Amino acid sequence: MRGGHLQVRDIEKVFVTSRKVTQALEPTSLEVRPGEFVSLVGPSGCGKSTLLYIVAGLEDASGGEVRLDGRVVSEPGPDRGMVFQNYTLFPWLTVLDNARFARGLRANALPYDLSEEEVWRRVERVGSLLECMGLRDFLNAYPRELSGGMKQRVAIARALANEPAVLLMDEPFGALDAQTREEMQELVLLVREYWNTTILFVTHDVDEAVFLSDRIIVMSPRPGRIRAEITVDLPTPRTVDDKLSPQFLALKREIVGMLHEGRDTTGARAGILRRMFGTADAAPPPTSDAGG
Amino acid sequence: MAADAHVVEQPRIAAPKTSTPRPRVRWFAPRRDIPERAYGGLAVASFVGALLGWLWVSHQGFANPVFMPTPERVWQAALSFLSEGDLWNDVQVSFLRVTAGFLLSAALAIPLGVIIGAFKIGEGLLQPFTEFVRYIPVPALIPLMMVLFGIGEMPKVMLIFVGTFFQLVLMVAEEIRRVPYDLVQVGYTLGARRREILLRILWPAALPGVFDALRLCNGWAWTYLVVAELVAANEGLGYRILKFSRFLQTPKIFVYLILLGVIGLSLDLIFRRFNRAAFAWAATDRR
Repeated sequence: MRGGHLQVRDIEKVFVTSRKVTQALEPTSLEVRPGEFVSLVGPSGCGKSTLLYIVAGLEDASGGEVRLDGRVVSEPGPDRGMVFQNYTLFPWLTVLDNARFARGLRANALPYDLSEEEVWRRVERVGSLLECMGLRDFLNAYPRELSGGMKQRVAIARALANEPAVLLMDEPFGALDAQTREEMQELVLLVREYWNTTILFVTHDVDEAVFLSDRIIVMSPRPGRIRAEITVDLPTPRTVDDKLSPQFLALKREIVGMLHEGRDTTGARAGILRRMFGTADAAPPPTSDAGG
Repeated sequence: MAADAHVVEQPRIAAPKTSTPRPRVRWFAPRRDIPERAYGGLAVASFVGALLGWLWVSHQGFANPVFMPTPERVWQAALSFLSEGDLWNDVQVSFLRVTAGFLLSAALAIPLGVIIGAFKIGEGLLQPFTEFVRYIPVPALIPLMMVLFGIGEMPKVMLIFVGTFFQLVLMVAEEIRRVPYDLVQVGYTLGARRREILLRILWPAALPGVFDALRLCNGWAWTYLVVAELVAANEGLGYRILKFSRFLQTPKIFVYLILLGVIGLSLDLIFRRFNRAAFAWAATDRR
């Protein structure tokens, strides 16, 4: 399968209320080439999620256009699959039925002229995807019986089972604990190697972005805009151990540095506390909370 | 592993020798669970307690036995109904009236509620008006019902219908609105059309809540039944209670009241059982 070619041209988002006009996203352009993994990184309020929702067609842009393989898209559709931050499984369906939910929709009905092998290939892909995600023993389980990591694996399988041209991911691992998150990152890289779908990924975790991406777009807030574009030239395939390599750390330092610009460096915050409580040294030692 | 070198050896504390560790029950902590058996015991105790209280009050003599019959006399009255035919007939007639009004109400309220809950256009058009009608006291409609539908079965069924319909519409709409919007968005990105969003996402997601609304509504239907039968009827549970009161037959009134309670509780339990069996996926910690 070949990934889609995503072009975003001058997309902007303006919120108009009776009081004021807020520019959430300045006119922004970017391109994700077929099979490429691009991350949007930035602090909250930088418009990265807004941009993703506009690409998905779930939110209207105030200007500009999104093209997928040259075709303008403005409504949501099965060609742009999405994985959300919250576990958005359908609670009344089992794991298997969640994963093949899209198959039952009219928009995805398999055409009649499809060869029998092709039909079987597509059906079996759902099964092997779930198996590779370690969900083989949970096919008939309901979402409430699953852990957070498992739910998110089902959500990814459900989106991929639809064979979208682009996979959009909105901080998909934000609610997971650190170990599970690393596991999921490796899984995404593994699946991507074979699936080769185009991925646009939103995160505020720089580590995650560097580890997963071919290219990182750093955004900054108020108004939301692209601040820099960084190509990640780390060798592939990557493993979690690569997160300690000098190149990885150099890239991370560069991006973190950009994100830290405009932060309080004068110690003004510390000054407030010092006036209130005296010097930090004078503060009583933290009481040890043994056995807590 | 190299990391082991940093692990500080913890002094081993011998486990205290207890035969079976018994979990501590916090009886008076808000929202904490208590053992299943204790819960059942309390439920039984409340009924037994009510019966004992009744025995005591009715035997003490400070209540006029005409108004407060003893449980024994009520029991005798109940036994006497077994030989007479009225009781069974009353139950059947009343049950049919409630069921007819309730089913009619459900059949119309559910689709309308789904429309109000799913479409803002429907909400704007129908919700404020429904809220308005909902606040008209149902007994105030009895004269109108009699003018419109005469004095047969129709006005009684319609009163139950009117009493439950407007409530149910709003409750169903609320259940649809409570479905997380995330699920709708996922549906769109998987390729669902609007119709499919409605029928394959909003409806199944709201279904357990809708059934719970039906359960509550069935309880109200029984309330309005008695109201309807108090006015113009010649059979039925509510009618019979009114007739007994004219002749000061309080033991018989008590039999009918207890019967109404038993019917209501049974229906409630059936609804709950069904809900739990059909919607296992939505199981929560609520009892």
